[in-house]
Amino acid sequence: MSTNTVNPKDKSKMVVVEGSYATAHAVKTARPNVISAYPITPQTHIVEELSKMVANGEIPGCEYINVEAEFSAISALVGASAVGARTYSATTSQGLFLMHEALFNAAGMRFPIVMTVVNRAVSAPINIWNDQQDSISQRDAGWIQIYAEDTQEAADMVLQAYKIAEDKDVMLPVMVCMDGFILSHVYEPVILMDQKEADEFLPPYKPENILDPKNPKSFGALGDPSCYTEFRYSIEQAMDVALQKIEDVAEEFKQITGRYHGGLIDGYHLEDADVVLVSFGSLLGTMKDVVDDYRMRGEKVGILKIRSFRPFPVEAIRKALSSAKIICVIEKNISLGRKEGALFTELKSALYNTENTAPAIGYIVGLGGRDVLPRHIEEIIERTKTVLETGSIDSESSFNEVKEEFL
Amino acid sequence: MKEIRIHGRGGQGSVTAAELLSIAAFEDGKFSQAFPAFGVERRGAPVQAFTRISGAPVRVRSHIYEPNYVIVQDSTLIQSVDVVSGLKDDGILIINTTENPESFSHLNTMAKIYTVDATKVAIEIIGLPIVNTVLLGAFAAATGEVSVASIQKAVKDRFSGSVGEKNSEAIQKAYDLMKVKVE
Repeated sequence: MSTNTVNPKDKSKMVVVEGSYATAHAVKTARPNVISAYPITPQTHIVEELSKMVANGEIPGCEYINVEAEFSAISALVGASAVGARTYSATTSQGLFLMHEALFNAAGMRFPIVMTVVNRAVSAPINIWNDQQDSISQRDAGWIQIYAEDTQEAADMVLQAYKIAEDKDVMLPVMVCMDGFILSHVYEPVILMDQKEADEFLPPYKPENILDPKNPKSFGALGDPSCYTEFRYSIEQAMDVALQKIEDVAEEFKQITGRYHGGLIDGYHLEDADVVLVSFGSLLGTMKDVVDDYRMRGEKVGILKIRSFRPFPVEAIRKALSSAKIICVIEKNISLGRKEGALFTELKSALYNTENTAPAIGYIVGLGGRDVLPRHIEEIIERTKTVLETGSIDSESSFNEVKEEFL
Repeated sequence: MKEIRIHGRGGQGSVTAAELLSIAAFEDGKFSQAFPAFGVERRGAPVQAFTRISGAPVRVRSHIYEPNYVIVQDSTLIQSVDVVSGLKDDGILIINTTENPESFSHLNTMAKIYTVDATKVAIEIIGLPIVNTVLLGAFAAATGEVSVASIQKAVKDRFSGSVGEKNSEAIQKAYDLMKVKVE
């Protein structure tokens, strides 16, 4: 398993750009045919950059459709994908929520749309800052969801997403999730996707089933009780195929570009770790710095990075956690009424009916953009160690910080 | 790792300054990261932007609470914002002002304070009171963390033509003014 997504040896190939630009550039190299977006807050610089690229003729044959709402943005891509176009959009927060109904249509009709979700909190109260409630809330829509740790991974994942989505045995849309502001607005060194490498990695999209007047077909027509179950079952089967495809594509990407960010999961000081922290997204960067401090002191703390949330890599997680003595999930979302984050719930369910009896606790952090500092991660690790030492769990799931004065 | 916090007002280009500083530091051979203290953008409101400079890739994503260096683009901010909050004792505070450093001795910091009239430099050379790039020249001289040439290159790459040239000239002027004070 790898340790860092940024290799200092690649420095000469890097440039310092905004995370949104790195993603827009990667989209360009994927040679999309149709990009559709609704350019109002909440939006991102990603589609702003792409609209410039299309206007400047930098993406040959690409049409940029400026629509009147996010529901239209995704619906336009459903239509474009139906006739065989490679499609892209980016959205965030309430915009993603407005797409909700059509997300199920895109997956149900098996259109390999790729969309970057810039993770932001959702209303009410109004909050423009980062957490991951928006994409987590689309969990059951039938989209593959990958979470990026840094801007390099968010950009590289766009290319990988098309290759996974367009696989004839997968044919599902993919969300590439990157933390709002923290990754979308950060300037940091990245290797911009090379067009030749992109072309070598990602072949042109040649779908087997498209809308064509010469060979009429229907998409999304009535599926009555006699067949609806089988449509849902086939999506689940495609998710199963995607489990392997995500791993394979990450390897293929590594062969061509030299860059690897993990497959379904990745580990950091994981192999011999007693205390295993589990998380996804940009929190991992801060967590890695803290884990380094613990390792310097000889403490066996490690990280399990979840890249794929859908499909959820049950087998890979079981294997990765087989020698953990205690597990702590840290995440930026909450399933209200369950008092824990979705990843924690999923992780526990993956370990049920197995021999793994390591205790697991969960922490909810960083909601609505509340800053997560290294000392917060240290506090969580210390509390996790206490649970391990005492063998008693006071609270299975906790908020890292709740300000009494606001209650 | 060195951490820099820039205080300014919405519209003064604090975020751009942080970005350009990260680009310049990278040009000098270091790793870097820059980002704004994300807020609801309002012109004139206090804003912060951050830059980290390090010999290794920067992974930490939190805001900067204990900076090595603080740049204040508008000295009137000092009345309402605790600009020296967490500033390290051996750190440096750079303020854009017509005043002397002694005028800021009331600030609760052990850090070295340098002042520079960046607004005057900007008006004289650029023709506008835009000080964000100018202060980066002063920063280079006061801290030695980044070369003035790299800052000038980053600025000229961002702003083409005469705008870039004038900014570059103003950066050099601020660098020279600050260099005298440091020596």
